[in-house]
Amino acid sequence: MALHKTQYTGLAGWFDARMPTMMVEYRKHLSEYYAPKNLNFWYIFGSLSIVVLVIQIVTGIFLTMHYKPDARYAFESVEYIMRDVPGGWFIRYLHSTGASAFFVVVYLHMFRGLLYGSYRKPRELVWIFGCLIFLMLMAEAFFGYLLPWGQMSFWGAQVIVNLFAAVPLIGPDLAVFIRGDFVVSDATLNRFFALHVIAIPLVLLVLVVLHLLALHDVGSNNPDGIEIKDKVDAQGQPLDGIPFHPYYTVHDIYGLGVFLMIFFAVLFFAPEMGGYFLEWNNFIPADPLATPAHIAPVWYFTPYYSILRAVTTEFMWVLGAGVIAYGVLLYFALRAPRARYLGLGLALALALVMLPASPLALEPKFWGVAAMGASVVIFFGLPWFDQSPVRSMRYRPKWHFWLLIAFVVVFLVLGYFGTQLPSPANTIASQTGTMLYFAFFLLMPWWSRMGTPRPVPDRVTFEPH
Amino acid sequence: MTKLIAVFLVAAGALLAGPAQAAGGAGIEMERFPEAKRTDLAALQSGARIFVNHCLNCHGANLMRWNRLRDIGLEDDKVETFLIFGEQRVGDTMRIAMAPKDGKAWFGKNPPDLSVIVRARTSFDFAGTDYLYTLLRGYYRDQTSLHGWNNVAFPNIGMPHVMWQAQGPRETTIVRVAAVADGYRRTTSVYDADGFVTTTTETVIGPAKEGVSFSFRPADESQARRFDEDMANLVAYLAFMTDPTAVDRTRIGVWVLLFLALFTTAAWWLNGKYWRDVR
Repeated sequence: MALHKTQYTGLAGWFDARMPTMMVEYRKHLSEYYAPKNLNFWYIFGSLSIVVLVIQIVTGIFLTMHYKPDARYAFESVEYIMRDVPGGWFIRYLHSTGASAFFVVVYLHMFRGLLYGSYRKPRELVWIFGCLIFLMLMAEAFFGYLLPWGQMSFWGAQVIVNLFAAVPLIGPDLAVFIRGDFVVSDATLNRFFALHVIAIPLVLLVLVVLHLLALHDVGSNNPDGIEIKDKVDAQGQPLDGIPFHPYYTVHDIYGLGVFLMIFFAVLFFAPEMGGYFLEWNNFIPADPLATPAHIAPVWYFTPYYSILRAVTTEFMWVLGAGVIAYGVLLYFALRAPRARYLGLGLALALALVMLPASPLALEPKFWGVAAMGASVVIFFGLPWFDQSPVRSMRYRPKWHFWLLIAFVVVFLVLGYFGTQLPSPANTIASQTGTMLYFAFFLLMPWWSRMGTPRPVPDRVTFEPH
Repeated sequence: MTKLIAVFLVAAGALLAGPAQAAGGAGIEMERFPEAKRTDLAALQSGARIFVNHCLNCHGANLMRWNRLRDIGLEDDKVETFLIFGEQRVGDTMRIAMAPKDGKAWFGKNPPDLSVIVRARTSFDFAGTDYLYTLLRGYYRDQTSLHGWNNVAFPNIGMPHVMWQAQGPRETTIVRVAAVADGYRRTTSVYDADGFVTTTTETVIGPAKEGVSFSFRPADESQARRFDEDMANLVAYLAFMTDPTAVDRTRIGVWVLLFLALFTTAAWWLNGKYWRDVR
């Protein structure tokens, strides 16, 4: 069979003649992928998260060569890697620092989305795949954290798996099914190892590919939140677009250099990051008979942990009242009669199983788990919650921007209280934070429409270097 | 943009500074371990000798290989001749003969393995080195405790004062200030060298800070100072053992960061070159 006629010469030509797909995809995703020319600092975290993903996969492979997923040897084998395997400490610290770095870059990446409305139509699928990646990342981090088999590994897993026991009817059986035992044990360690090293990473990789394909179909958003594809030249290329390669590859390499300096400064000079990246208690081998006085998850889970702990019996009254109020709000705000009765009805039904006085009330522990789950899942709804006529905070009323900053502060405050021992002040702060957290999302359909946006420019704002 | 970054930095600062204020441990202020000892080879070697002679009977260091001591200047033949007493070889880890079952029977709790003890005892409130330095020097005679010893850093500790002869007799004063209904109450307990206690309680006039403080009055000042020196050496060794790659790590780290600074500068320059075309 004849070779494909190629426009390339040399090595590229040799490949193109035999596998035209290669060059087609190269053009589609790199050399002829037109990205807005005004992308700023906040747009670095997407490619950085790919770099961290690669770091995690490569170091993970090397770690599995020496790690022993066995309750008797797991703790020792991690220290063996750190002490006796040549360069092992480097690989292990890359992996442990990488885990935290992953969440840092992903949180900043998500913040960028909120700042410039990157999730808005037509990028809903990009956002949904991104949220799924975030969910998988959380699962990956949770399963991986058990593997060093220290006290925090053990008790953290114990606490979180026990949460599933709060699910009505099937709860206790579900918890046993997850653990594979009545307590966290060797069986749990083995299955978490399997999930951590193959199951979740496979899903994660597929989702990353989908996230990128979806993005490259619709094109990148930009800080001005306008469509560059609306203004094209004679060849049909966006006037404000520039090829991803070489402009953004060279840009991202520069960003990567800055990122790696911070990353390696932590890795080489403070790998424990003051007990936030590697918790001190996790240097004590897991002991099922000695519960630590203070069980705190790693920093990236603490906002959700705060929300979990905020839900007490008394707080159920507040939450229940909040749900009823939201139902009433829906009743008055929605137009279609079916929708308004459905909204109110659902809210009342929910209140019936929430309010502690109700005979149908489920225990607060369950609602704590539900609130924690909802606090993560709620991100999926953003493309529909946000009803602002413009995408980017640049042209929305200034107070929208400060509302977003307030949300970030609430998130950080929740995170801080999640690291602390429970106390009455902590509980009040977490409960206030929880209400504000959910209010930010659930009231967005209304507040995002309020105020007058400033005029949006026709073309992107860009100052040449 | 700059404002935004500033907001994040302030928030991050508040986040990291917070936990340092929380109370913990035995409620005392830990004494400062002399950090210079960490890189002092003579101190580390002396610490290793104390560790092997006094600790490595009840406490193991199952993750630490004998030949790792070469990192603090002790060659294999020296280790074999002067430090290993039993059948072990330099490639073995520092295991002990005492069975965990016996440890539990004798001390109420199996003495913990000390391989990573400095890291394990670090918390948001104090460094593991400060804690161990305070603990090892914080024993006092107490006739009311099971084995006649107590500790300011670890009340009702299961481990007796193994090195009491080296430290010498001392008088111990522990002051506890606690809030009561009408102000503060200060309780002063003075333990004499034989562990008999005299306690006086008084109401504090004016504002006071809650907490526990302690002081010692050794019979022989110079002996107590020598003991402090030995314990600093021992803690330096424990800190080395907990993280033997720390010295290598920081040394390599400097070069990596220098390389990255160079790399980033080149990338920044290249970036500028390419982006000059974009109008």
